[in-house]
Amino acid sequence: MKAFLTGILGAVTVAALSTSALAETRLTIATVNNGDMVRMQGMTEDFTKANPDITLEWVTLEENVLRQKVTTDIATKGGQFDVLTIGTYEVPIWAKKGWLVPLDGLGADYDVDDLLPAIRGGLSLEGKLYAAPFYGESSMVMYRTDLMEKAGLKMPDAPSWEFIADAAKKMTDKASETYGVCLRGKAGWGENMAFLTATSNSFGARWFDESWKPQFDQPEWKNTLTFYLNLLKDAGPPGASSNGFNENLALFNSGKCGMWIDATVAASFVTNPKDSKVADKVGFALAPDNGLGKRGNWLWAWSLAVPAGSQKAEAAQKFVAWATSKHYIDLVAAKEGWANVPPGTRTSLYKNPEYLKAAPFAQMTLSSINSADPTKPTVKPVPYVGVQFVAIPEFQGIGTMVGQIFSAALAGEKSADDALAEAQSATTREMTKAGYIK
Amino acid sequence: MATQQTRLLGKLAVAPSVIVLFLWMIVPLALTIYFSLLRYNLLDPGNESFVGFFNYEYFLSDPAFFAAIGNSLKLVFAVLAISIVGGTLLALLLDQAIVGRNIVRLMVIAPFFIMPTVSALVWKNMFMHPVSGLFAWLMKSVGLEPIDWFAQYPLTAVIIMVAWQWLPFATLILLTAIQSLDEEQKEAAEMDGTPPISYFYYIVLPHLARPITVVILIETIFLLNVFAEIYVTGSGGPAGNLPYLVYFQGLLNFDVGGASAGGIVAVVLANIVAFFLIRMIGRNLEG
Amino acid sequence: MARAVSVRRRTIATAAAWLIGFLIFFPILWTIITSFKTELEAFSTPPKFLFFEWTTENYGIVQERSNYLRFVSNSLILSIGSTLVALLFAIPAAWAMAFAPAKRTKDLLMWMLSTKMMPPVGALIPVYLIFRDMGLLDSRGGLIAVLFLMNLPIIVWMLYTYFKEIPGEILEAARMDGASLWKELVYVLAPMAVPGIASTLLLNVILAWNEAFWTLNLTTSAAAPLTAFIASYSSPEGLFWAKLSAASTMAIAPILVLGWFAQKQLVRGLTFGAVK
Repeated sequence: MKAFLTGILGAVTVAALSTSALAETRLTIATVNNGDMVRMQGMTEDFTKANPDITLEWVTLEENVLRQKVTTDIATKGGQFDVLTIGTYEVPIWAKKGWLVPLDGLGADYDVDDLLPAIRGGLSLEGKLYAAPFYGESSMVMYRTDLMEKAGLKMPDAPSWEFIADAAKKMTDKASETYGVCLRGKAGWGENMAFLTATSNSFGARWFDESWKPQFDQPEWKNTLTFYLNLLKDAGPPGASSNGFNENLALFNSGKCGMWIDATVAASFVTNPKDSKVADKVGFALAPDNGLGKRGNWLWAWSLAVPAGSQKAEAAQKFVAWATSKHYIDLVAAKEGWANVPPGTRTSLYKNPEYLKAAPFAQMTLSSINSADPTKPTVKPVPYVGVQFVAIPEFQGIGTMVGQIFSAALAGEKSADDALAEAQSATTREMTKAGYIK
Repeated sequence: MATQQTRLLGKLAVAPSVIVLFLWMIVPLALTIYFSLLRYNLLDPGNESFVGFFNYEYFLSDPAFFAAIGNSLKLVFAVLAISIVGGTLLALLLDQAIVGRNIVRLMVIAPFFIMPTVSALVWKNMFMHPVSGLFAWLMKSVGLEPIDWFAQYPLTAVIIMVAWQWLPFATLILLTAIQSLDEEQKEAAEMDGTPPISYFYYIVLPHLARPITVVILIETIFLLNVFAEIYVTGSGGPAGNLPYLVYFQGLLNFDVGGASAGGIVAVVLANIVAFFLIRMIGRNLEG
Repeated sequence: MARAVSVRRRTIATAAAWLIGFLIFFPILWTIITSFKTELEAFSTPPKFLFFEWTTENYGIVQERSNYLRFVSNSLILSIGSTLVALLFAIPAAWAMAFAPAKRTKDLLMWMLSTKMMPPVGALIPVYLIFRDMGLLDSRGGLIAVLFLMNLPIIVWMLYTYFKEIPGEILEAARMDGASLWKELVYVLAPMAVPGIASTLLLNVILAWNEAFWTLNLTTSAAAPLTAFIASYSSPEGLFWAKLSAASTMAIAPILVLGWFAQKQLVRGLTFGAVK
């Protein structure tokens, strides 16, 4: 016991010494624990060498915890963070509130015009950029070339939902635990609803009409949901209703899925032989459509922003500029290879032959990102922006609630009609409470 | 004469604890009550307005509300039942002369040391997942269809995880109590040839009444606030309890008014439960 | 003690206890084993139990990515600090309740316990605002205060039940001999109370160690304990089972070791008035 206490005292002393304040500018950076961000932490020496007066303190958290903490902090002006990692969902809402510093100090060689237009549009308000994209993603079809061949089919570059449904059925072989298609089913606004909302766009559906009336009682939503439920019932894996991105990734990598429609960043995971059993048998295609002019793919960019009112805004912008620059991409390429650079933010990257050679999925990623338009996401007009979400503060709650209802329908707890009716009344209730519906 | 002095001293000794706890209770409570009467969305600051009982109306009329109360109660009762029955049996077993008792005892109490978040992640993905989980593999090896826990039996799955964490606690306390039974009493019973069942019924069980009460009281306090297991496994839809509902309002909707109203409702309900609990089992705590 | 039946009975009891103990412990063991696999092996079916290529690369990655020592020392400071502060408040209170009970003592105890029933989420925003205004966000002091207040009711109650078992006559006798209150506390009460205080301490260190709501929401970096460490490994985009298992193993190892050394103490003291 004595040794134990001495140990604690030792630890206390070490901790006390190591946190004694330095006279430099110390930036606290809140970031999500995805691979590209983690890699960035390993690169910081390059930044601190050029800026010896700045030290970096990383707070790396899983997405949901990060979002909670960062939102609580910025809304109460807690001032805990100097650089925030946020997504295309938060940026338009927060910029409107005046919570973010417009990024006009990124430096002369930053080349804002090099940013992909779709991504830049999602991060700007009234022409001003409020967050700089660190990596961008859309969604696309990843499929097993060997199974596709076995089924006697050929995947077109831009498949229709009909083709997907047909192929999924043909690829399914439940005896050998091969399931034609893996899709998100786990409840959450960023989980199953990201997929379903994007898919509904291609079915001509929308969340709200121009006067914010929920649209789950319309035939377009019914088509979307029935199609999704039937597809997974016929050709999906068991337990689909609790599968999110990671669960499906694990299934796909262990060879259990014929197709998987999900984030473009997954391409680098499924083709990495260290993590994937099927690395050399993966093909890519655009997210499916129904011939209505919209495809079922989304748009997301993890981006760096500086909270308004920060005392260290200048240093923070310096960091943001470094992390999202061309120079950073070159740095990662030099140290870890072109396949590992953060994708989906800059036009120049997709013109770089070395990158195109190292990343066979690059062209498909670019076309997917370019085909998503957050400002006009749906076939019919809508009062909101956002492809796989609705950029209003209430959406996290509403989206998760509807996600739970649809997930229950997928688990077989309720019929598609009941689920839609429930979604309609729950959404109407929340929107009334929030004051959108008078 | 001494008693008066003692009493004064007693009050002085209790006062610091009471004062800090009172402050810890009353300041957030007062603020929470105040917020609960406002329309206050964290993402829309500066537009707070007084709305009376609007938030309460919405919270109480939420279709998920009664389901949440039901889930809260089911969770508490099921875990209590498992941990008390299982804990008693385990304690009786561990009280036997066992080779390597220290090691077994540590293995049994270890789950209590695990953070709920970690336990939820491990159970969900490594055990209960219908394709890659260990349970699914076991069922498939004996030719059965694997269970999709979180789709088919979400609440049961949560109960299993929570019970795994609290069973050790009950075992620990009940074991302590059984070990404190007089060794002589035990031997006398054995000499007399008392059948184990009646020995248990007439001697052990009455002795355990008080520790069982303690287990019920402490576990209820913690079980009413189970959150991580539900949140992490994403089973908040079908298996959400009251804290989850409050979380939903507070940290997903960022509706501080609604969450505050929910928090107050939860406190009131918890105190009602506590009131009955104490009436029911208070006798055992006397003396 | 050696009785005729005992050999067979002992064998059966031992076998049963080991089996059940193993089953209960298995999820933890499985986590530890998984931490030595590669990400691909972590979810392979059929599962690999022992025969795979053991690797420590996950620990290397975790070590490189996070300042584990800082998280551990914060966890230790927070859990032990808050428990010690709570004992400071609780020992006199429990002493008074046990030996000089007032009419309302029982009600007071129940009220104390009832303060634990508020779901923390409901009070997050008020507490966050108070912490912000007092400059306590991400400070160890602030978190120690919160954890201390969370655990105080349980500590008072545990000590109370324990102190009540100490026969009052001994104190009377000491008092007769003219012992001062201080001496009564230090020489008579304390030695008898040590096991109870020790187990109270241990139990509350565990509870504070595992507290994951306040510790996660009121800290950012300087005061962040192991719960935040775990949050940086759970559910990223990509495969994370083996890495999370390694991080989990690192997070539970200290408390498991503590539990190993302290289990005797813990078992002896958790009587809650059962010994009469």
